Amino acid sequence: MAAKRKKKTLVAGRTYYKQFNEEIRALAEQGVTDFTIKECNGQRYIATALEGDLTFDIYGVPGQDLGAFMRGPKIRIHNNAQDGVGNTMDNGRVIIEGLAGDVIGYAMRGGEIFIKGDVGYRVGIHMKAYLDHQPKIVIGGKAGDFLGEYMAGGIILLLGMFSGKPDAPIAGRSLGTGMHGGVIYVRGSVPEDQLGPGLTATPVDSDDLKVIEALVKDYAKELKLDSKEIMSENFVKIRPFSHRPYGNLYVPC
Amino acid sequence: MLFQPINKNYHEFCIDRDPDLCINCKVCVRQCSYEAHYWDETRQKVMHDNTKCVGCHRCEALCPTSALNIRNKPSDFRTNNLWRPVFLQNIYKQADTGGVLLAGMGSPVDIPVYWDRMLLDASQVTNPSIDPLREPMELKTFLGAKPRKLDFSVNKKTGKAKLKTKLTPQLELDVPIMFAAMSFGAINFNLHRAMARAATETGTFYNTGEGGLHKSLYKYGDHTIVQVASGRFGVHRDYLKAGAAIEIKVGQGAKPGIGGHLPGEKINDKVSETRMVPIGSDAISPAPHHDIYSIEDLLQLIYALKEASEYKSPVSVKIAAVHNVAAIASGIARAGADIITIDGMRGGTGAAPAMIRDNVGIPIELALSQVDQRLRDEGIRNNVSVVAAGGIRCSGDVIKAIALGADAVYIGTATLIAVGCTICGRCYTGKCPWGIATNDTKLSKRQNPDIAAKKLANLIRAWGHEIEEMLGGMGLNSIESLRGNRDKLRGVGISDTELDILGIKHAGR
Repeated sequence: MAAKRKKKTLVAGRTYYKQFNEEIRALAEQGVTDFTIKECNGQRYIATALEGDLTFDIYGVPGQDLGAFMRGPKIRIHNNAQDGVGNTMDNGRVIIEGLAGDVIGYAMRGGEIFIKGDVGYRVGIHMKAYLDHQPKIVIGGKAGDFLGEYMAGGIILLLGMFSGKPDAPIAGRSLGTGMHGGVIYVRGSVPEDQLGPGLTATPVDSDDLKVIEALVKDYAKELKLDSKEIMSENFVKIRPFSHRPYGNLYVPC
Repeated sequence: MLFQPINKNYHEFCIDRDPDLCINCKVCVRQCSYEAHYWDETRQKVMHDNTKCVGCHRCEALCPTSALNIRNKPSDFRTNNLWRPVFLQNIYKQADTGGVLLAGMGSPVDIPVYWDRMLLDASQVTNPSIDPLREPMELKTFLGAKPRKLDFSVNKKTGKAKLKTKLTPQLELDVPIMFAAMSFGAINFNLHRAMARAATETGTFYNTGEGGLHKSLYKYGDHTIVQVASGRFGVHRDYLKAGAAIEIKVGQGAKPGIGGHLPGEKINDKVSETRMVPIGSDAISPAPHHDIYSIEDLLQLIYALKEASEYKSPVSVKIAAVHNVAAIASGIARAGADIITIDGMRGGTGAAPAMIRDNVGIPIELALSQVDQRLRDEGIRNNVSVVAAGGIRCSGDVIKAIALGADAVYIGTATLIAVGCTICGRCYTGKCPWGIATNDTKLSKRQNPDIAAKKLANLIRAWGHEIEEMLGGMGLNSIESLRGNRDKLRGVGISDTELDILGIKHAGR
């Protein structure tokens, strides 16, 4: 039986983030499960380190480190997001109906971040997978430099479709540099010289397509997009060339 | 043509086995994880291969008949003060392999040790010294931001005063010595257990290092500082709430400017579970935190962690002692850190490129005095506590560090020495014969957590007693009276510049 839901609408307005987050934590403690946040004006750390089956519907632009360290909540942002969304998050889902800034999903270990538009630099760095924790980031637009740097696990899917940057390459330079786990899927193709050293983009196989299809279906549903249109193009994948890229670098002195 | 590596016989150590004493019991064969000792079936006796010896002294320590003696190899190259043997040997190795020189433990290079160039004061005649065995002596230390002033309200009826100022969270230490960050993975679980217990028993703290905290150690959380490094291994909401403080590791004294790298060989099931990374895969910590490119970004992470702990845990930022350490520390204090940990260049490590370990950074003594002075000059010293680390060898070093301005110290290498480490420096091989820097099941059994905890607690108590004695000798009855009290220090045999940086007078003045 589903647990009883309790709704609450908050107006962020000019409230300082510390007080605002304290209020959210106190309400969650009192059993509020579904938060609607109106007039968000860059308040930081919303839903940071929260746990459990909570939902956040955010209007306005939330600030840095939204949902950092969180485990479970589902957040929908009806606008753009700033930097650090889902920093080291464990589980849950973040849906961003606009653009997102830099360092999205740093070291995230589980859950999903779905972004409709473009993202900034260093998105999905050091994502890692562990047992059934499989973090996933889907980017509808284009990505800045160093997407998936040091990636150790999980999935990044880059679509390049809903971008405000018609002249930019689908991903910036050093895509996947230093990655030693996980996979990056790119819709269409990616210029080879954008890839990190030692990496190549190869065509996806039927197993990959199953993974992509499931992810796209989920993504399209959340963002009310046409999954068939997204799947109408080929995909390539980028995988690490080694799980131990620096294994032979050293000599004992 | 060379048919064997040029450096094959340039090994560092010789194993001397006294044939009259050796009873061929094979203890050395079983103890040596580098297989320097072996049983020769044809000759029916124990033999050894000097080239494999790393100088850990495990065999010598356990030989039941004292038949073994490990020596430096006496063979010398032609004396040359520029081209010392270490440079020749390293070049030969690199020419053979093309590898980056990897080293373990702190830097062995001959840079000045200022602890040895500073002397403490004692009372004579005019102010009485105090005998700590018979009089109260206060080593209690609180780490965390202190308010600039205190406000009180007075109840008009009862006349009782009540503190109005809201205090920020503090760590309460019975002795100003903590066990330094050494990750589970770099050292094994038995030692983490031992540190957790010893810290609890002696009223101090141990630092998890960047490898997460095993669930079974959460019960020692009140005496645990949990670390967050760039790899974010094992970092999650429960972990952040499990400790009494959170430390952001920006840098490490042994390897300023570079990240960490736990080789796949050391990642077994338990390490994998704690770090939450797959077994056998390398655990790489990037050099920078990629979300920190400025003091403003650091502030963002500090407050993310404060939010995560609901402002119950003080947040520490650990940096390596580098050239502009004072200015950096000032930035960290302004970014909202409660504690700044400064790790000097002699700090230990499980693995670091030798060139970085031996050539980058500055000694902790100089860094510490400059940081303390800068924070005082800027009037923000009360906003942060300062913890010094990196080459603290005895209680004399601890008390000098406190007189130079530290609130407390971290001891890492000394912690390991207490349980048998001989600083052979091969921590990165995962074969530590003392069962310290290894996760091998058989080798780690050599550390019994009960005995190790006892030894660590003994060390803290012994140093605590010595500190009390030295304080008493100076006529002080509280460590607080010594903190940053540089008048209690004098330099000996160092230059005016060094005295100036340390902020002390020369002995005799």
